[in-house]
Amino acid sequence: MSRRLPWLGLALGAGYAFLYLPIALLVLLSFNDSRLVTSWTGFSFRWYTALWNNDQLVGAAILSLRIAAVSATGALVLGTLAGFALARLGAFRGRTLFGAMVASPLVMPEVITGLSLLLLFVALAAVTGWPGERGVTTITIAHITFATAYVAVVVQSRLADFDESLEEAAMDLGARPWTVFATITLPLIAPALASGWLLAFTLSLDDLVIASFTSGPGATTLPMVVFSAMRLGLTPELFALATIIIAMVSVCLVLALRLGRVASAAARV
Amino acid sequence: MNGGGGASIASGRLARLVVLALPYLWLLLFFLLPFLIVAKIALSEIAVGIPPYAPILRWTEENVLTVVLNFGSFATLLEDGFYLDAYLRSLRVAGISALLCLLVGYPMAYAIARAPEHRRNLLLLLVVLPFWTSFLLRVMAWIGILQDQGVLNALLLSLGLISEPLRLLYTEGAVYVGIVYCYLPFMVLPLYATLAKLDPVLLEAAADLGARPFRAFLTVTLPLSMPGILAGCMLVFIPAVGEFVIPELLGGPAAQLAGRVLWVEFFQNRDWPMASALAVALLVLLVVPIAAFQRHAARRGRA
Repeated sequence: MSRRLPWLGLALGAGYAFLYLPIALLVLLSFNDSRLVTSWTGFSFRWYTALWNNDQLVGAAILSLRIAAVSATGALVLGTLAGFALARLGAFRGRTLFGAMVASPLVMPEVITGLSLLLLFVALAAVTGWPGERGVTTITIAHITFATAYVAVVVQSRLADFDESLEEAAMDLGARPWTVFATITLPLIAPALASGWLLAFTLSLDDLVIASFTSGPGATTLPMVVFSAMRLGLTPELFALATIIIAMVSVCLVLALRLGRVASAAARV
Repeated sequence: MNGGGGASIASGRLARLVVLALPYLWLLLFFLLPFLIVAKIALSEIAVGIPPYAPILRWTEENVLTVVLNFGSFATLLEDGFYLDAYLRSLRVAGISALLCLLVGYPMAYAIARAPEHRRNLLLLLVVLPFWTSFLLRVMAWIGILQDQGVLNALLLSLGLISEPLRLLYTEGAVYVGIVYCYLPFMVLPLYATLAKLDPVLLEAAADLGARPFRAFLTVTLPLSMPGILAGCMLVFIPAVGEFVIPELLGGPAAQLAGRVLWVEFFQNRDWPMASALAVALLVLLVVPIAAFQRHAARRGRA
């Protein structure tokens, strides 16, 4: 298989160019002094200053980060339990329904998830009086629900991969189920838990459609602000915001890779 | 615990119940029940008020509880050509987008699967990385590229290839570019997963038997990567049918796709029963591909 196929490398390069040139353009334009995307009038940080002074955007960003942190944590708990149930509990009554409910949110169009949750909240409010007002709580519940599916898939596939004999050995040596879980299972699936949490966090931070349906007057998330700003036209402030997000993602990724390397090195020892 | 084995079995059963019950109840309440409510509201009448629909169960003047079902929304959906057109257009756009994704994604997945093993993870990571940055902001980049006073037009003008700006943004082509750009990782990952498992010995055998590389690809690699092709196409096709953001921001007024029509019906016309009927119809449209995808996922889970 040493024969080189030059067109393959070319296709790969073209693919990466397609993926990264638009992102590079956003970063470049965020430092452009001009408002226009087609003329470069000099290097400037003015859009970053403008972004910092935009109270609406900063407030929405803080709100979005809070919702993302809470819903990622909720989804981590529920998704880990669900992944565990699917990977380890074997047959149980209602397993087919459970499996379908866990997997469906992965492919469900967002408009349907958003609309159905909103109608649920309205119906619940009519019957029970809760939720009295839609806002942060309802968005968080909606995000937990769809992110749980992603965490469950990650955890389930990690559990399916690793050697159950480790757990069995611990049981044979007299460890109680909880001890086995805490000392054997949990450390082994920790990387999957970390990536599941990060995935849920990112999905929540990025969601426009479901948040728009389930939000109320008081709660405007970052994507909602960005979306209504984009409808009015592009502004370099938005490019600056994009650049900050890209920088944050890159830093997290480098950290995750470092940690992953340390973890896999530790596992080898 | 002085109960010994009995207590441990009982506590094991309790733990099992908790592990299962918590996500089960949550999903029943916040995933399944909402769909039943959507179906119910799709069958109610629009009304002036909060919430803007009439109850299905009503007391008549003789104090008899009656069920008032209204199929008006579904009738409108079928009679008004606008909605049917939108759904057919969604299927077409999503189908073409999935094919385009396949055309771009297959060579990439193939090249990564053939790359030296220590580089594959990095190459895959580079495909997934854009997915972690904001979806909206990536769509925004394409507005900057495609708009009349955008980067691409400026480039073509300065090269003298065109004499006046082309209409690129707010076209169906722009929608395709947006969908392929945003959903490419969902195509490459399952393709890579099947291509990486492919045994190179099979290709060598084909070569030994005199097959040229292209013929070997057509008769060996392509059929064996079919599960990945199907999974990737489903992962692009299903969300693309219900996509709202891309047709709204990159497509013109003509790009009325299912997700966008539903959004407008809900947020602008405030017709909740109609929006619900559209959601039910969209779900019916997608039930076959979703079931196919779940069977594939279940098979992979078992393998």
